[in-house]
Amino acid sequence: MPELLQFCVSGLTVGAVYALVALGFTIIYNASDVVNFAQGEFVMIGGMTTVFATAAGVPLPLAVIGAILVAMVVGLLLHRLAIEPARGASPVTLIIITIGASIFLRGLAQVVFDKQFHSLPAFSGDTPIRFGGAAILPQSFWVLGGAAVIVVLLWAFFNRTLIGKAVLATAANRLAARLVGINTSFVMGLSFVMSAAIGAIAGILVTPITLTSYDVGMLLALKGFAAAMLGGMGNPLGAVVGGLAVGLLEALGAGYISSTYKDAIAFIVILVVLFAMPGGLFGKASVERV
Amino acid sequence: MGKLLSHRLAVPLVIALLVVALSFAMPSNFYYRVAALVWISALAVIGLNLLMGYAGQVSLGHAGFFGIGAYAVAVLPPQFGLHPLLAVLAGAVATAAIAFLVGRPILRLKGHYLAVATLGFGILIAMTISNEAWLTGGPDGMPVERLTLFGWRVRGADTWYWISGGLLVIGAWIACNLVASPTGRALRALHDSEVAARVAGIDVARAKLTVFVISAVYASVAGSTLALVNGFVTPDKANFLHSIELVTMVVLGGMGSILGSVAGAAILVVLPQALTGFHDYEHMILGLIMMVIMIVLRAGIVPSIAAFFQGRRNK
Repeated sequence: MPELLQFCVSGLTVGAVYALVALGFTIIYNASDVVNFAQGEFVMIGGMTTVFATAAGVPLPLAVIGAILVAMVVGLLLHRLAIEPARGASPVTLIIITIGASIFLRGLAQVVFDKQFHSLPAFSGDTPIRFGGAAILPQSFWVLGGAAVIVVLLWAFFNRTLIGKAVLATAANRLAARLVGINTSFVMGLSFVMSAAIGAIAGILVTPITLTSYDVGMLLALKGFAAAMLGGMGNPLGAVVGGLAVGLLEALGAGYISSTYKDAIAFIVILVVLFAMPGGLFGKASVERV
Repeated sequence: MGKLLSHRLAVPLVIALLVVALSFAMPSNFYYRVAALVWISALAVIGLNLLMGYAGQVSLGHAGFFGIGAYAVAVLPPQFGLHPLLAVLAGAVATAAIAFLVGRPILRLKGHYLAVATLGFGILIAMTISNEAWLTGGPDGMPVERLTLFGWRVRGADTWYWISGGLLVIGAWIACNLVASPTGRALRALHDSEVAARVAGIDVARAKLTVFVISAVYASVAGSTLALVNGFVTPDKANFLHSIELVTMVVLGGMGSILGSVAGAAILVVLPQALTGFHDYEHMILGLIMMVIMIVLRAGIVPSIAAFFQGRRNK
């Protein structure tokens, strides 16, 4: 039993990171129909910038803020320089552009930082907390708590603020949103900046546990994409549930079945879910209009 | 010229001329080798383009089929004493069978859901290859027996240049015929609207499955050829990044363009070779070029150039 609890905690911790990456996918996808494969690079930028800023003597809180700002600038530049000029291109073309951006950012990180693995000290110590026979790292609470705060803030933003509602309107119908006076280009830029910030926070929170390096982004983007699809593309709740589910499945699969096939287990489950529910767990069955 | 290129013999002929003409301009074995790699990639890309460009179905897992072909020639000859050519055939048959079995449920999905399903499937194949080390040598890869034909050992970059070039011409010829056939017309119809295609009496599921199986076999044969050329296989040819590379080649060259497939493959194979001098900046430059080409030449290189010349003539 303690074993199960241990697997669940580590699964949920990693799952929270997948959930944040999936949320980033969802926000950008809803605002602009772009599947942003550079989403994982935001996570990398968050972690790596914090590592190098603290190593240069910047206090951790300042380094964290700096890293989030750097990611937001990168997100904005990605939208302005690569996505906006390609407006109207086919979805596959846009995917290739974001993959190009992800390769570019990885190459840039390799030059600006280095090719080593890096870690951060845990925010509140390394003494594990004993709970029901399982040892839980304090950093896990930071990750889970951080993810929960982000989800609540996002919910409030979308439902309680005018800008948030403008984003929802743009997601629902871009033309109609423009007709009622919403600056949809601003909304799209905003969605990239927000996704970048969320990704960076995820990267900063998880670096003390999982380490970071210039090339952690691609696998995170894959898992986040899979999680978003598992939940139902475009559904924020689905993204969170999908992310946690992928993390849990991986941890349980690695613990009870085979650690070498850890990544495969998550994908097998996703394939099975998609075959049974082609729209994902929370997706609406799409009807093609003629 | 547009009419000439639309003839089903014209495109393979152009590619054949290209293969012959380029052979006169090869300064060294290294260039023969790079060109052979271009022809092999182009073969896989033509197959994937049939699926993406004509039927409008994306696959982010095609490197998995490439890997099956590659490992068939690596594993079957030493384990079962199969001749490498028979191993190529066995790989192609196995790939077709797997694509047939998986294709049915997967192709029911649409858009991004299809993308993530093919992605997951490709990753499963890649993981199996790199984890079953007793059979495949694991992440380090394994050697491949040299091909021997009628007692003659096939070797040398120039020999493989001609073999892979020949395979490419055959592949392009088959693809052109397929596109011009009733199946090809059905594929283009379902690309525009599945519902309309169904109303017109097309068995959409069957048409999609057919092209999925055919494109998988292209990838498998290309994988086998690459394994024979290199004399060595590694799992990274089956992994996600290689799938993405193939998709990028399709889109870069031009969806629905056989010549574009060759152009896309040429760029992504030659570019990293040309950039090795800047090895620190290689990824930055590669990513930048991918983005710029896709922003500027959205329809892909060959269709964009064709449209440019057509526009000039009409003025």
